[in-house]
Amino acid sequence: MTIHNLYRETISALLSNKSRSGLTVLGIVIGIASVIIMLAVGTGASNSITSSVSGLGSNLLTVSPGASRGPGSQVSGAAGSSQSLTRADATAIAGLSGVEDVSPEVNSQQQVVAKSANTNVSVVGAVSIYPIVHDVTMQEGSFITDKNVNSLMRVVVLGPTVRDDLFGVGAEAIGQTVRIDNQNYTITGITAAKGGSGFQNPDDTVYIPLSTAQEMITGNQYVSSISVEAANSNDLTAVTDSITALLMKRHGITDASKKDFNILNQASLSSTLSSITTILTYLLAAIASISLLVGGIGIMNMMLTTVTERTKEIGLRKAIGAKRRDISMQFLAEAVALTVTGGIVGVAIGYGVATIITWTGLLTTSVTAYSIILAVGVSLAIGLIFGYFPARRAAALNPIEALRYE
Amino acid sequence: MIEVKNITKTYGQGDSETKALEGISFTVKDGEFVAIMGPSGSGKSTLMHILGCLDTPTSGTYLLDGQDVSKFSDNELSEIRSQKIGFVFQSFNLLPRTTVMRNVLLPLVYSTLPEREYEPRAKAALLAAGFPADRWYHKSNELSGGQIQRVAIARSLINNPSVIMADEPTGNLDSKTGDIVMGTFQRLNEEKGSTIILITHEPDIAIHADRIIHIKDGVIIEDKKNIARKIIPKHIANDNT
Repeated sequence: MTIHNLYRETISALLSNKSRSGLTVLGIVIGIASVIIMLAVGTGASNSITSSVSGLGSNLLTVSPGASRGPGSQVSGAAGSSQSLTRADATAIAGLSGVEDVSPEVNSQQQVVAKSANTNVSVVGAVSIYPIVHDVTMQEGSFITDKNVNSLMRVVVLGPTVRDDLFGVGAEAIGQTVRIDNQNYTITGITAAKGGSGFQNPDDTVYIPLSTAQEMITGNQYVSSISVEAANSNDLTAVTDSITALLMKRHGITDASKKDFNILNQASLSSTLSSITTILTYLLAAIASISLLVGGIGIMNMMLTTVTERTKEIGLRKAIGAKRRDISMQFLAEAVALTVTGGIVGVAIGYGVATIITWTGLLTTSVTAYSIILAVGVSLAIGLIFGYFPARRAAALNPIEALRYE
Repeated sequence: MIEVKNITKTYGQGDSETKALEGISFTVKDGEFVAIMGPSGSGKSTLMHILGCLDTPTSGTYLLDGQDVSKFSDNELSEIRSQKIGFVFQSFNLLPRTTVMRNVLLPLVYSTLPEREYEPRAKAALLAAGFPADRWYHKSNELSGGQIQRVAIARSLINNPSVIMADEPTGNLDSKTGDIVMGTFQRLNEEKGSTIILITHEPDIAIHADRIIHIKDGVIIEDKKNIARKIIPKHIANDNT
C-alpha cells in the first residue's frame, strides 16, 4: 500500500466518526498543552531568577560577617550577626591578585523624610567604586565621591523610585534636602532605573558616604558586607580561597570551621537557583505528562473498540488482498494521526496560554523549540505505543472468521 | 483454470477432529460458470474458502492457473487473492460512508498498479457490472440493494481476476433483485468470458449456472452439466434501478 493510499484510508476512517475521533484527540491535546505550559512557566521562572541574580554583578563575591560566637562558647548566633569586617579588611582584599574592585558597604533600613512625604527605604553606605561593582549608572548628578567619603559629607544619592515617592514622578530633586535619622542630607544625584531584582530593589535605595553611615547611623567602624569584583569569572574560586586565607590571618583564626565571615559567590548562587528551578520545571512537566498517559490510554481504548467494530471491514480488506502489514499499518497510522493532530493542536494551545500568561504580566514564560519538538515527538511515540497493540490485534484476525463476524 | 486434486480439510485434533472435506477433485476451465451446491454443513463453505485462497487444504493439491497454492503462507495467499480472485459476498461488505468509486477501487490499493489507473479501471468495472454512471460518486449507503450488489460485483471485477467467487450473492436480496444479480453474472460470463464459481444452498439459484457440483458430507455426490439452465432476459439483467 502506498503512503498516499494509507493517508487516504486513514483520513476517511477518522472522519467517518468525527465526534469520537475529536474526543480522543482532546485527551492528547490537554496532555500536550499542559506539558508545554508547565515547561514554559518553569523555563520562564528559571530565566527570570538567573537574570535577576546576574543583574547583581556576574564576577561578584560578597563577603559578609559570619555567625557571632562568644569567647569559648559553642553556641553560634545567626549568620551575619557578628561584626567582624572593617574597611581595613576591604583595603587588604584590594591588594590581592585577581581582585579588580572592592566595595565595602553598610546597609540599614531607614525612614527618609522630605518636606511633604517620607518613605522607608534601604540606606547604603557606599564608596565611590560602588556603581562600578554593582552596575549602577547615574540618571543625573553624580554618585558619592572619594571626597564625600573622606570628609564625612552629608550628601545622598537617591534611587529613582525614592525620588518619585518623595518629590513626585520625574521632579527636580538635586540640591534639595532630605532627613535621614534626624540629619539633613543634600541630594547630589539620582541613579538610573535598573528594574526590580529578587533580593533588593536598587531603584528603591538611597546611597550616602560609607564614613557618614558609620558615624551617623551605625555608630561603629564595622561594615555590613564587602563586595569584591574578580578580574575574571574563572578566577572566582581562587579569589575566594585567597580572601578566606587573608581574612583568617587578619582575624587571627586558625580553624577554618570557626571563621567569622562568609563568602557568597553570585555565580554559584545563580547556578544553584537555576538547577532548583530546572528540577521544579521537570517535576511540573512530569505531573502534566500523567494526563498524556491518560490520553494515550484513551487512544488505545478507542482503537480497540474500532478494531472490534470494523472486524468485518478488516475481513473484507484481507479477502481482497490486504496483507497483515497493510492492516497493522492502517490502524497504526490512524492512532498516530490522532496523537500527532492532538500534539500539534496541544502545542498551539499551550503556546497561546503561555503567551496569555506573559501578557498578564505574572511571569515571562518561554516556550522553547526543545519543548515543542519534545511534545510532538512524545505524541508520535504515544500513537505508536498505544496503537501497536490494537493494530497487531487487527492484523492477526483470520479473514474467514472476520467476514463471518456479526 | 482451477484444478483441485483429492483435497481434504480437517479441523481440530484427536477426538475432536472433524473432517469438513474428504477428498474432493474437479477442474474448472476458464470461462465456466459453476455452481457449488449443498446444504449447510456439507463443506461447501470450507471448499469456497480454499478455492478463494482464504484457507489452505490439509492435504491434496490446488492448482490455480497452474500454480500450486495449497502450501502458501498467509502473505502469499493475500497476494494471490489480490491478483487472481474476485469476491462477491452475501452481505455485500461495502465500506459505509464511502463513495461507490472508492469502494470499487479498494482492491487496487493492495495491488502494485499505479494510482493513475485506479479510476479508469473502476469505471470500466462499474460499466461492466451495469452500475448507473450518475451514481459513481454517491455514498454506498445511498444505494438500493441491487445497486449495492452491482458495486460488489464491480469490485470483484476490478483486478481482472482468474475467477469470481460468489458466496450466496442473492441471500440477502428479494427474488426480483436476485434475478438482476444472476442475470449480471450470466452476462459477464457470456460477454467477458469471466470464470464464475457460485456457492449456494438454493437449487433455484444454482440453476443459473451451466454446471452444478453437488456436495454432501465433504464429498462430491454429483458433478454434471446443467441441462435445465435458467437464462435471465437481458432487459432484466440491465435493469439498474
